[in-house]
Order: sequence, then structure tokens, then C-alpha cells
Amino acid sequence: MPDTELREDTDPAASSAPTDAPATSSRKAGVRRRRTGPEGIKGTIAKIVLLGLVDALAVYVLIMLFLSESWLALGVSSLVALVINWIYLRRGGLPAKYLAPGVLFLLVFQVFVVLFSGYIAFTNYGDGHNSTKDDAINAIQLTAQKRVPDSPAYKTSVLAKDNSFYLLFTDPQGKVSLGSTDKPLEEVPGAGKDSTGKAKTLDGYQTLNFQEIVANQHSILDITVPVSADPADGTLRTADGSNAYQFKPALKYDQAADTFTDTTTGAVYRDNGKGAFAADNGETLSTGWKIDVGMENFARAFTDPSLRGPLLGVILWTFTFAIASVALTFALGLFLAITFNREDLKGKKVYRILMILPYAFPAFLTGLVWSGILNPEFGWLNQTLLGGASIGWLTDPVLAKISVLVVNLWLGFPYMFLVCTGALQSLPSELDEAARMDGAGPWRVFRSIKLPLLLVSIAPLLISSFAFNFNNFNVIFMLTGGGPRFADTDRDIGATDILITLVYKVAFGQGTGRDYGLASALAIIIFIIVATVSAISFKQTKALEDVNS
Amino acid sequence: MNGSAPHTTAPATPAGTGTGTGPAGPTDVDYLKSLQRRRPFGVWFKDKGWRHLVGIIVTVFAVFPLLYVLSAALNSTGTLVGSNALFSKIDFGNFTALFDMPSRPFARWFLNTMVVGGVTSAATVFLGAMAAYAFSRMRFTGRRFGLLSLLLLQMFPQLLAVVAIFLLLSGISEVIPALGLGSQLGLIMVYLGGALGVNTYLMYGFFNTVPQSLDEAAKIDGASHTQIFFGIILRLVTPILAVVGLLSFIAISGEFVIASVVLTDPDSQTLAVGLYSFVAQQRSENWGVFAAGAVISAIPVMALFLFLQRYIVSGLTAGSVKG
Repeated sequence: MPDTELREDTDPAASSAPTDAPATSSRKAGVRRRRTGPEGIKGTIAKIVLLGLVDALAVYVLIMLFLSESWLALGVSSLVALVINWIYLRRGGLPAKYLAPGVLFLLVFQVFVVLFSGYIAFTNYGDGHNSTKDDAINAIQLTAQKRVPDSPAYKTSVLAKDNSFYLLFTDPQGKVSLGSTDKPLEEVPGAGKDSTGKAKTLDGYQTLNFQEIVANQHSILDITVPVSADPADGTLRTADGSNAYQFKPALKYDQAADTFTDTTTGAVYRDNGKGAFAADNGETLSTGWKIDVGMENFARAFTDPSLRGPLLGVILWTFTFAIASVALTFALGLFLAITFNREDLKGKKVYRILMILPYAFPAFLTGLVWSGILNPEFGWLNQTLLGGASIGWLTDPVLAKISVLVVNLWLGFPYMFLVCTGALQSLPSELDEAARMDGAGPWRVFRSIKLPLLLVSIAPLLISSFAFNFNNFNVIFMLTGGGPRFADTDRDIGATDILITLVYKVAFGQGTGRDYGLASALAIIIFIIVATVSAISFKQTKALEDVNS
Repeated sequence: MNGSAPHTTAPATPAGTGTGTGPAGPTDVDYLKSLQRRRPFGVWFKDKGWRHLVGIIVTVFAVFPLLYVLSAALNSTGTLVGSNALFSKIDFGNFTALFDMPSRPFARWFLNTMVVGGVTSAATVFLGAMAAYAFSRMRFTGRRFGLLSLLLLQMFPQLLAVVAIFLLLSGISEVIPALGLGSQLGLIMVYLGGALGVNTYLMYGFFNTVPQSLDEAAKIDGASHTQIFFGIILRLVTPILAVVGLLSFIAISGEFVIASVVLTDPDSQTLAVGLYSFVAQQRSENWGVFAAGAVISAIPVMALFLFLQRYIVSGLTAGSVKG
């Protein structure tokens, strides 16, 4: 029914839109003119206030973008702000006024992020490759610091202002200067000195006493004050809050040759073209930068021996999991729907309510609760029901997969039960009667009449259910965390990992470094699979409908 | 269905009583029915008994984990092993412990979830309703394309782009910290990116069932498009607004992936992220307290769900069948 409505609505619109556009716009203008009366001042004021708030926010964002010198973002944001104003200030164009807010969010946080994922998939973005090459060169110089052997001791006081700490240095000549990690050393006049000639106080700053220094030890030890804006000049650091020494980069950057030289060993590190500096023996500096690597992430996924085998296993299991989940939940749901599709069954309502409960239970808690029940060492199933058995429900690769499917069945069958009940009850009962008259048994009626009709209305739901389970992160991650881990790889990949949990672990996992590039490449693979499967199956559904109608 | 209400309290009895002497109904009809049911156990079982058997088995499967977590929550022994003897001990030690952990502020998590879920679902309903109104009541170039793109986009859940979302927000937090990583406002914005996808289609179908003649009548009486939208349409489609709001609240309050990446500070986290951290490392020690937290977080959602299940189910099927 709704489908025909859609067709009726859209076809005339699609065909007539180009031809009578002037007519509609003039009609709208007429509507507007008439409206000035009833809508009156209240609507106009509301419009001005809302648009004013949006513009105020936009101006703030634009100023911040200007200050941070992000020109591209600035350009795009100003364009968006202009478009928003144009949409709401012009006459007519009513649909845009209703669609704009939702579409804006959709474009930024759904469409743009997908395209951005596509871009990241072709870079080496990740731990150690976070920023530009210039940033990497600066960072290498700042992190690889060594104390200058004959550095004089700078007497140091710790000052605080606005919750951040500063170091006040008195050099051996008595010159006083102030600095912090993001504020290079700067000479300051008018510091108050104590009897030893050490500068202790400065107007506008609070001096920390010994207890306060101890209490904030970590943040104070982390302070590295650049001597000048050029990182090659080195930094000042303190180890105890009272004396500071000069540190210089252990790696010297040669701008002309674009190389780093180790000041002690003399090893030369060159740009290896893969976003890092590498020595001749292949050793690379830990801080690199982001570069485009083309298809390398995809190639790595299917050629790297520590990744290829597990990844194929994961893809296979993802399909198995999604298909089996749909099949099991649908089978149980349909079976229950048929079982309880009897008007005169006592207690039907109670069964129904109790069986829906798992569906109402938050999904992220399901995995966690079941992980307690199935826990091999302490869980209820092994300890109480099986009297102290030690069956690895979550640690054996095969059993873990079965457990995941059972838990997902628990979570999913009520939905299928409800949906199938609805679909069964909407089937006309004459069909049933007619078939019985013709001598068909119950099984025959079900197989040849009810099931095909049922599938027409349920098939789209099965497809959405498949797409949902294909990315059913919560159940897997909360129940097994993807484990038990594969033995043949050092990566954190396990027997119950599906693609989306793998993406999450590669990008944000504990222990192993974050690899955004590879994670995005895997996400793109999921995109392609889901798109293909959905396209094919929706086509099949259409075919199913045609056959039956 | 006559007489079903009185029996609802005793679901387990019918199978046990075998031949099903049934309730001694006060009416003749019931009496005749009970006479009719006096037949061999085998026949009864083949007709109805097995249905009760199935019902009982599946009900046990469905309800057991919930009873288990309830029992663990009420057992202040607190460990996983200690929770195995169901309902052996009943007290509220876990619940008091739950609200007494400075490093794991459960009350804050609960509040955060309500705020993030509430604001997101309210905004989702509003944005979705505006879009559905445009699609249902106006004819414009690109309308068909818009509807089809929404259908297409809803197949790709946002969590696939979690890496890009993280990097985008970390870029935003360098410019405007209030909207970037670690901020709930930033997280809400991200969730609103998914506001149109699933819901507009659901609402669009429902909006189409409101006769257009109503708007036209109002228009002739001089109502503006905003007056028609807020005064007429939104009032007539309240059921679908409730369904969409509830579904998005349930989805958002259980969302883990994006929330765990965006919200890093324990004080700003939601229940899904916080409760996971409870048991991520030491599953067995914190079990009782976790169970208490699980019970408290599940109750509002489950109550709401059961209360509105009729609407939700119809909404679910209607929307998806249309797609």
C-alpha cells in the first residue's frame, strides 16, 4: 500500500518538476504574500533569533579557524554559513528550509566521514605517522634530547599561572628568563631574587613551595623549555625543580640534505619515502609523518603473512556469523510464531511478554552478562550447572563461535518472533481454508502457501537483519572481545572477531600501535561488501514480489 | 481469548496438570469446553501440550540470564563465583557500593546517558520530522533523489567511519575544544549525522497517511506552513514521533563504539562505556557491582520498551517493509 502511494506521489512530481517550475514558484510567492498576515511578527522574530544564534556560532567558529590558520576549513565553513543564510533569508525554496538542518549533519557526519575514511585508507596515518613532515622533524629534535655534557646549572624556580606551570631560570651570569614547554625561553625583567641570587618571584605568577612541587612532580618533570624557536638549539629541563640543565638534540637535522645525523654514532637517517627517516641498516626513527601510500594498506591486508591468514578467517566468520544469526533467529522466531498462533492457547500473553524481555534488554549488557555465565573458570554454566566442569565456552575457538551465536540468538529471536507473528496474522485466513478444502495438509499449507507469502513481507527485514549482524559489534566485543586469539599471528585478532571489531582493534586497540590507515582500509572493505550484498538481495526481493503478485 | 486474563498469573500450570481439566469456569461455555478437553493425554499433547512445552523451554532460555544478573546484583559477595548460587543471599550491598566509587562515577554515567540519549533523540525526532514533512508535502527537484539517497545511506552505519569521526573530532578539538574529543556536545553532533538516515523513511510513510486535504483546508483558512507543520501535522503523527524517539534513545544509550572513542574522561562517559570499563579488566572481582549497575541501567529502557511495545513493533515492521 505505501509503495503505491510513493509511486503515485513521485512520478508526477518527477515528470512535472522541470516543466512547471515557474508555476510552482509563483504559487509559492502567492502563498507567502498571503501569509504575512497570520504568521505575523512572532514567526519573523523566531526566525531572526534562531538565525542570529546560528550566525553568532558561525562567526565564532570562523574566528577560531582564522586564528588557527586552517584556511581550507575556514573557506568551507564560510561557504556553509553563507548557504544557510541564503536558504533562510530568501523568499521561496521552502523544502530547503525544512531539509537544511538534517542534511547539514548528514553531510558532515555521515557522508563526509565516509569519504574521509576513503582518504585515510590510502595513507599511513597512525601512531608515529600523525602529522606533517615538518612537525615530525621538530618532534624528533625535541624528543631525542641528550644532556649537554658541560652544561652549566641553571638555578630554577617553579611558577604557576592559570593552572599551568612555568620555569624561572637564573643562569650563571645572573640573567633571569622564563619559559615553558610551549613558550620558548624569554628574558624577564623585575624578578625578585633571594640571598643566593636565585630568582624566585615574578609579578603575576605564583611561586610553588617544595610540597607543591612534589605534588605536581610529573607535570613539572615533563616541562621542556625550548631555548629558542629553533628546536636545534636544544631545551632546558629540570629533574628536581631547583636546578636545570641544557639538553640538545642527539640527532642533528641537516636541512640541505634532509637527513638526521646521530651526534654520537654518526649514523645518517634519510627520508625513506615511506613517511619515516631510516638509516642505511634499515632502522627507522620512531616518529614519522603522514604520506599517501596508495593501495599499500589493501595490499598489506592480503599479503602480510601476519595479517592475511587471520583476515581471511575473519571475513569468512563475519559472513558465517551474519548468515547464521539471521537463519537461527528467523527459524526460532518463525517456529514460535507458528506455535503460539492459536487463539485458544492458555497463557499466550505471558509467554509473549517473557519472551520479548531479551529484546528489551540493552544489547551491550547482554554480552557482558553472558560472559559471566559462560566464563570457563568461574561461570555459572560450568560451576553450577555442569558441576565444576572446565569447558572453554569462550576460550575454545569452535565453542566460542557457538557461544556467540547462541547469545546472539537470545538477543535476536524475540524480534523475529514479533515480526513473524505480525506477518502470519496479516495473512488472509481464506487462503488457509481454501487449501485445506483442496486437501492440503498443515505442512503442505505452510510450505507452499504461508511461507512464500510470509517471505515477501519478511525478506527486506531479513536483509536489514543481515546488514545489522554483519556489523554487530556489541555482542562480539562484549562477550569474547574477539578472542580466543589466533596462534599464528602476533596481532590481536581472534577466532570470533568480525570485521568491525577488527577495525576497532586495529584503530584503537590496547597494546599494539594505532593504525588508522589499515583500519580505514578494512572499513572500506566492509562498505563494499555491505553495498554489494544489499544491492543483490534487494533486487532478489523485487523479483520475489513480482513472482508472487 | 475469553478468560485469558485470569490465568495470566499462572503460566506454568497448564503443562503440569496433564489432561488439562482447565479452570472451572463459571459459564456454561467454559464448562462445555472443559468437557471437550477431557480426552487422552496424547491427543491433548499433540494438539496443544507441546506448545506449552516449547513455551516453557524458550521462556526459561529467555528469562534465565535476566534472573541471573538480578541475583548477582542482590548478592553482595560480589565475585563471579559468589554469584553462581542464585538468590542465595539478598541484600543491597552492591547498590550502595555502586554509588560510592569516586573513580567510577556511576551516577554521572547514568545522567550522561540520559542527557546524551535524550537530547539526541529529541533532536533526531525534530530533524527527521522536518525532513519527512518536506518529502511528504512538497514537490521539488531532487525529491526522488533525496529519498533514494536516504535509503542508500541508512545501510551504512556510522560506526564504520569511526576512525574518520575520531580524526575529524580531534581536528575540531584543536580549534573549538567544546565541540571536539571528550565533549558530549561533539558526540551528540556526530549522532545527529545519523538522524535522517533511518528515521525519515519511517516518518515519511506515516506522514503520507495524514490526508493532504487537512493542510489544504488550513491553508485556505490562512495558516502558514509553520502553523500547518507544528499545529496540524506534528499533532497527528505523535505515535510515530514517539516510536522514533524511543528507538533512537534505545540505540544511542547502548551505543559503545563511537562513545568509547570520543568520551575519554570517566566523568563524561555514558553507561555503555563506563560499565564496560567495570568488567573489562577484572571481570570476576567487580561482578556484583557491575550486575547492580546493569540492573539499574536496564530497568528504565526495559520498562519503556514493554510499555510501548505495541507501537514499537508496528513501527519496526512498517518502516522496514517499506524499505
